[in-house]
Amino acid sequence: MTGSRRWEWVLTAFLVGLALVAPFALYPVFLMEALCFALFACAFNLLIGYVGLLSFGHAAFLGSASYITAHTIKVWGLPPELGILAGTGVAALLGAAFGWLAIRRQGIYFAMITLALAQMVHFVALQARFTGGEDGIQAVPRGYLFGLIDLNDTLTMYYFVLAVFLIGFAVIVRTIHSPFGQVIKAIRENEPRAVSLGYEADRYKLLAFILSAGLSGLAGSLKSLVFQLASLADVQWTTSGEVVLMTLVGGLGTVLGPVVGAFFLTAMQHYLAQLGSWVTVIQGVIFVFCVLLFRRGIVGVVAAFVDGRHRAARLSPEPSPAGE
Amino acid sequence: MFDWIHLSVPPAPAMFAQLLVGLINGAFYAMLSLGLAVIFGLLNIINFTHGAQYMLGAFCAWFLLNTLGLGYWPALILAPLMVGALGIAIERLLLRHIYGLDHLYGLLLTFGLALIIEGVFRQQYGSSGQPYAIPPELQGGQRLGFMFLPNYRAWVIVASLAVCLGTWFTIERTRLGAYLRAATENPVLVQAFGINVPRMITLTYGAGVALAAFAGVMAAPIYQVSPLMGSNIIITVFAVVVIGGMGSILGAIVSGFSLGLVEGLTKVFYPEASSTVIFVIMALVLLVKPAGIFGRAG
Amino acid sequence: MRLAIIFGVAATLALTTTASAEISGDAVKIGVLNDMSGLYADLGGQGSVEAARMAISDFGGSVNGKKIELISADHQNKPDIGSAIATQWFSSEGVDAIVDVPTSSVALAVQEVARNKNKVFLISGAAASDLTGKACSPTSVHWTYDTVALANGTGAAVVKAGGDTWFFITADYAFGHALERDTTRVVEENGGKVLGSVRAPLNTADFSSFLLQAQNSKAKIIGLANAGGDTINSIKQAGEFGVVEGGQKLAGLLVFISDIHSLGLQAAHGLQLTSAFYWDQNDETRAWSKRFFDKMKREPTMVQAGVYGAIMHYLAAVKATNSDNGPTVVKQMKATPVNDFMTKNGKIREDGTLVRNMYLFEVKKPSESKGPWDYYKQIAVIPGEEAFKLPGPNQCPLVKG
Repeated sequence: MTGSRRWEWVLTAFLVGLALVAPFALYPVFLMEALCFALFACAFNLLIGYVGLLSFGHAAFLGSASYITAHTIKVWGLPPELGILAGTGVAALLGAAFGWLAIRRQGIYFAMITLALAQMVHFVALQARFTGGEDGIQAVPRGYLFGLIDLNDTLTMYYFVLAVFLIGFAVIVRTIHSPFGQVIKAIRENEPRAVSLGYEADRYKLLAFILSAGLSGLAGSLKSLVFQLASLADVQWTTSGEVVLMTLVGGLGTVLGPVVGAFFLTAMQHYLAQLGSWVTVIQGVIFVFCVLLFRRGIVGVVAAFVDGRHRAARLSPEPSPAGE
Repeated sequence: MFDWIHLSVPPAPAMFAQLLVGLINGAFYAMLSLGLAVIFGLLNIINFTHGAQYMLGAFCAWFLLNTLGLGYWPALILAPLMVGALGIAIERLLLRHIYGLDHLYGLLLTFGLALIIEGVFRQQYGSSGQPYAIPPELQGGQRLGFMFLPNYRAWVIVASLAVCLGTWFTIERTRLGAYLRAATENPVLVQAFGINVPRMITLTYGAGVALAAFAGVMAAPIYQVSPLMGSNIIITVFAVVVIGGMGSILGAIVSGFSLGLVEGLTKVFYPEASSTVIFVIMALVLLVKPAGIFGRAG
Repeated sequence: MRLAIIFGVAATLALTTTASAEISGDAVKIGVLNDMSGLYADLGGQGSVEAARMAISDFGGSVNGKKIELISADHQNKPDIGSAIATQWFSSEGVDAIVDVPTSSVALAVQEVARNKNKVFLISGAAASDLTGKACSPTSVHWTYDTVALANGTGAAVVKAGGDTWFFITADYAFGHALERDTTRVVEENGGKVLGSVRAPLNTADFSSFLLQAQNSKAKIIGLANAGGDTINSIKQAGEFGVVEGGQKLAGLLVFISDIHSLGLQAAHGLQLTSAFYWDQNDETRAWSKRFFDKMKREPTMVQAGVYGAIMHYLAAVKATNSDNGPTVVKQMKATPVNDFMTKNGKIREDGTLVRNMYLFEVKKPSESKGPWDYYKQIAVIPGEEAFKLPGPNQCPLVKG
């Protein structure tokens, strides 16, 4: 299997290289937005792809972190790195609370609890004075990173966002491939068996939930700096629905899937903004299409294709299985 | 600090009026959650398209009035039939393929369908909504001592109780209902008895959708007939179904009416929270008894 | 994607401009940014784009030899989408002015972007008075209406006509609170009394509980401090519950003709509202509106008419200064009085508010209307100075300094 591992490294290096030069070809704000959502989707995918838990309330983490970061930077005057840490920390704490409540249940009930809790966060965001209600927190200054680097320059901001994204992504990849990640996957495959082997399933699930929530918060904090605002749109249940779509389109349970899905959907929202309601229709069609015919998502299909060719190369006389 | 809670209790007649309008709202929740409960209980599908189908029912009524001159009363029958037929088409063409998969996929598929239907209607009709008047026979109201009760609202309670009880009776007390319930528990065995299970499933989905459309026609004269009406109400209805118990018909009816009452009370004491209180209750129920108040475990 | 590269390069080359009197780029580009698919699509939406097109064509299609171009997009009522589009338009697409932008949270975000890039922002759809108050900007003009004018208009006029006790049904968000607060102040200043209020969550479908509370208060006037679907629902249900028959009157604090069209006169008659424009006011408005109707098959709202007026005035200022630099053009706009079919002798204040006459209308009974869109009768004219009078000292930093 070293062959495919090498492929992964090559692919990753290629993508990182692409990301480094991308702002010169594509519009940087769009790229930054896509990166934030990609991080959000990767964090979400950790929960659904690897732990097998569908959360319908992840927007609560994205949004609450963005509010906290925006508020601490604009009103308390914290420098950007501390504001981001504050937002991420709060999201992780919220994740601990939500997770502790929700983990006791499975499947659709788990999803419904997360939805209910997220709706309550939405209510608080609407009512609380510091969030600015539906006006949101506006005109958040980007400030100077570590007191030295001026984030007001778009290119600098882009590389900062890219760096944070890569760190978050690395954390997720490391988690997936670590012993912790193996246990998580074992729990997803057969929880009673994992428990009988002595693993406290609930504790692992909770840890994964907290990690997912914290990284979603990181994405939210970044986003509030990119757009220099925090708004109610970030805590709405439709945003929770969007991240599900991104992960589904990209490929549930694949490493790169959520990234691809996030870019795809952000691009669609951006470049098709003139089409108005048709964007909703197109999103719906993609949902339906993915569920019916394309469950593995873009990356899942590509991976299966590459895998199929590898296998064909090894078992030469046999014809390769027609793209199952 | 708690000045946002109106701790002054209104006088008894006013409270009674509030409870009554809460009950009327509960009637809509009951009808809508009934359709969802039927579909989930018998088909194991989480029908996120329910809100869009409710909207289609209302638009159907408007369309029948404006194009064919058919008023409210024919629409009450025709709209559910038309939208139910669409539901059957959806089941046949799309839902059939995902029965064996995780619940998640059913949720996502129907969510996608909801987006499509809503998007198309929004594109076509904007979002302000279309006018639809209360039928002349039901206009006006009764001057009860404690409030002025519009005739139409009284009709809503009566009609929805009739529909809810009728549906419950059909499923729990008739042979057809027995076949349906058996078919969900053991389709192979029931099929072996010669009963056309796939057709029953299709008809059941159509019936659930027709219930949503019926609720839509009932809503058209008093709420706004707008493409957004479904998405505004759908997650509240989901909460109602979850609280009542996802497969339980009786649960949906009882929790629908009760939550309407609870919401009505909240509108008096803490109105800002009236759209969130149902979610708080849902979270509590899920923590204590995840199958719902009337649900069966597992 | 290629387009983005081309624009990026072209813009980088072209926009090495100093703030000198010169129109940069080879065109004057105007962007209409609003809600095309959601709650506010009918009061602005494609109609605003059409109004902009009419303005550009009426102006002649070019200014000082440079062509005038138009683009549009849907911000979906989301501040980050609006802000991203605005940033892209200003930085890479060479847009010089953004017009419309309903939804105050988006407008506030776009205003910041415009301020930082020294580009013009012509506000027609949004209502928040903060746009020319605490958050005011030297590159913005708040053209059509704001919460202060609505409060002064409906509030004062209704109290003077005898409606001196009020009960508010308020949408529970910042805009609703602002409307209630401003109108309460005006009502009390004119000798009226507010007997109570209730806050309904946004997107409430059923107002029966709140209407009952309003009826129980016995206030003469029920003020609807909400907008869009909430207003339509409350009016429709008020009819059901016999509110008007019971002797109370409804005052809509933010109502557009598109809302009345959706409600129908049967439900809406008797409602009093303030607007900056009505298509059937005089020959000039009728002539313009007929052109609009021929294209859109709907009569224009004040927002759409305002988009036209704002763009005409903007283009005139660009022509006069031969510049597309934000502060320069807006300064010229403030120095010139506004005169078009919609506004007579309007003047843009230092904080960016266009001070114009507002009008109090009452919705006709079905028997009084000659056909679709014939909905309003004019009750009173509220002079600009009175309508836009601020409650206290001006919060805008531009004015203090």
